[in-house]
Amino acid sequence: MRAAVIVFPGTNREKDIAEALERASGKKARFVWHGDSDLPDVDLIVVPGGFSYGDYLRCGAMAGNSPVMRAVKQKAEAGVRVLGVCNGFQILTETGMLPGVLMRNAQLKFICKKATLTVTSNETDFSSAYAVGQKVVFPVAHNEGNYFADDATLDRLEGEGRVVFRYADTDGTVNEAGNINGSQRNIAGILNEKRNVLGMMPHPENATDPAQGGTDGLGLFKSLAEVLQ
Amino acid sequence: MKATVTITLKSGVLDPQGKAIEHALGALGFQGVNDVRQGKVIEIDLDAADEAKAEALVKDMCGKLLANPVIEDYSIEISA
Repeated sequence: MRAAVIVFPGTNREKDIAEALERASGKKARFVWHGDSDLPDVDLIVVPGGFSYGDYLRCGAMAGNSPVMRAVKQKAEAGVRVLGVCNGFQILTETGMLPGVLMRNAQLKFICKKATLTVTSNETDFSSAYAVGQKVVFPVAHNEGNYFADDATLDRLEGEGRVVFRYADTDGTVNEAGNINGSQRNIAGILNEKRNVLGMMPHPENATDPAQGGTDGLGLFKSLAEVLQ
Repeated sequence: MKATVTITLKSGVLDPQGKAIEHALGALGFQGVNDVRQGKVIEIDLDAADEAKAEALVKDMCGKLLANPVIEDYSIEISA
């Protein structure tokens, strides 16, 4: 699996995710600076977490309009897998590669804690290592993680099996108590129509080593390593 | 040309920041405040031959960057 990790001014989780990729695949990922619109020939492009452009104007708005993201969009159309985590998810919605938008958390607080999720679909290149309904714990760290889209879009996402992770309470039940940020239908991660682009707010890369307090995130990177050998 | 762009949340979109401001106004003793919604104003100084061209340019800017059409509406005012 050859992977590239895009780095914007203000990105801060690029090393975490490069290490997670290496743990799962045994191969080092390459970093691509946002100023380079020539992307290397890779199987997976990662848009990592952080505060690209200081979250100015809207989270991910400036990054979403950068030349490197136009190149990522073209690669995605050609079938390259794309994974956007946290700010990466925000950037992917701003490019239009994923529907909807990430708004300010409903309770107005920056949430920095371990979140319980359920795996809603494992018929994806990103979640095949998990069982449907499996409870996983990934850390979250965000102020604008409240996923919003209109009802027609949400119905379509659910109908097409494109919701991959949902927020749940500690025993794995998808309910209001487990919805940490007000996201519509507890949505934490979704796929595009072609199923090669995943955006998610929680950080699976920070749950891939026992030293991080959990390894539930390894499944996501192993799923990718398996399909992209 | 000077353009003033006002960006607001579409009606129906939850605005917790507006709600927080509403509560703070109530706590300060202001009565009868029924609803508050927070938006943004962007001022642009740009070169354009006339007001119509300026407005067309700024509309393009709004569509491409300044506003997110999923949750935001915008209005444009142009002055020479």
